Amino acid sequence: MEYMPDFTLHRPKDVAEAVRLRAEEGALFVAGGTDMIVNVRRGIERPTSLVDLSAIEGLDRIERDADGLHIGAGVTLDRLATDGTIRRDFAAVAQGAAAVAGATHQRYGTLGGNLCLDTRCLFYNQSEWWRKSNDYCLKERGSVCHVAPGGKRCFAAFSGDVAPTLLVHGAEIDVVGPDGARRMKLADLYRNDGMDHLTLAPGEMIVTIHLPASEGGAPSAYEKSRIRGAIDFPLAGAAVWLRQDGGRLAALRIATTGVHTHPVLIEGLEKFAGSALDDAALDGIGETVRSQSRPMRTTTVKPWYRRRVVGALARRLTARLAGL
Amino acid sequence: MKTLLSLTLNGRPRDDAVPDNMLLVDYLREVVRLTGTKIGCDGGECGCCTVLVDDRPRHACLTLAAAVQGRRVETIESLERNGRMSAIQRGFHEKLGAQCGFCTPGMVMAAEGLLRENPDPDIPAIRRGLAANICRCTGYVKIIEAVQAAAKENAA
Repeated sequence: MEYMPDFTLHRPKDVAEAVRLRAEEGALFVAGGTDMIVNVRRGIERPTSLVDLSAIEGLDRIERDADGLHIGAGVTLDRLATDGTIRRDFAAVAQGAAAVAGATHQRYGTLGGNLCLDTRCLFYNQSEWWRKSNDYCLKERGSVCHVAPGGKRCFAAFSGDVAPTLLVHGAEIDVVGPDGARRMKLADLYRNDGMDHLTLAPGEMIVTIHLPASEGGAPSAYEKSRIRGAIDFPLAGAAVWLRQDGGRLAALRIATTGVHTHPVLIEGLEKFAGSALDDAALDGIGETVRSQSRPMRTTTVKPWYRRRVVGALARRLTARLAGL
Repeated sequence: MKTLLSLTLNGRPRDDAVPDNMLLVDYLREVVRLTGTKIGCDGGECGCCTVLVDDRPRHACLTLAAAVQGRRVETIESLERNGRMSAIQRGFHEKLGAQCGFCTPGMVMAAEGLLRENPDPDIPAIRRGLAANICRCTGYVKIIEAVQAAAKENAA
């Protein structure tokens, strides 16, 4: 891999200072660094300064009150995976965190970093010489998307494991920027553009993730498909959350990752409310998920397979959570 | 730009001026000359560079040296005591957990971190704890036995 490029490192002690430093031209945040430092080393990111968030006091707290859980963006993934309340009431979140990369990454990779994970592509997450010999790509320095050469869009896939699990639990986030703080739905953090998939303005950072108590306690789960049992990003992943009423489905939420430029909260699942979840209904749920997934040729595994897998994962998890 | 890095390395406090863009693995190998920590993939995929920071395994190749300011860093060189192997080192030695040896320092440090957190891990817990470390020689069976042996010795 390449030598480290030159940059200035800042280690602010508070959020206000971090936000101010990040608003400067060429600055980027780094939290755990499990993905960002790789991208800097590969020349995919070429920051003039890095703003390290690991010295900020209080970003690593998990607080609980009657409204629910309030998780600092600096909480590491292994804590999400092992926290008793999260495992019991927001099981998909614990499973998503435990599915990220390997044990070592989970011990310093953060929740905020995982939510802001850059989109990934076979033609993008490569070494400098690899990308150069391929004339780079639309997302980085080049003019052609090698996935869809005719178009002017980037289809790099969002590959975070935790975002879909938070989406099915109705998570909201606190964002702080140069213009102050705002609270938004996690779903509004993302947009359909592989080049620029986050709606954060320059300088804005996620500080807290809220999991509402009202959405806790219902069965939920996350599963991903990958080539190896560890380390790999998802080829496709699905989080499922449901409530039952007297053996029938009362409410169902499904979110996916790895099959679109952003995590997708699946639409049109209301029609399954009241269903006894027979085979036909489960097939319909799988098909609904499949039809809203748009994997492109961004991994070595073919899109048709990832599309089938994401539907199958959603179907299987729904059946399992319903006790079938 | 440089930072004055003050840390506790293998139990001893030290201060070094480190460039902002210096990685922890390069600091350990090039500045301190502790070359036990290996550079394998350079991208967090192989685990060869695993060290402990405040008792927790971490990739030295994805950590900036200046970011371990004030922290406690331990490398493979810290494990022996007066020339005698620690329990986890003895486990790898006696159960033949090392073949070519290149992954071994990272594997041992990840296992050491696992045993500090969970002194009596079952096989699934060992497999999960070492999931970020790749070994191309052993097939992992001997490595799992090495961790079990160390856990047993620590408990004795």
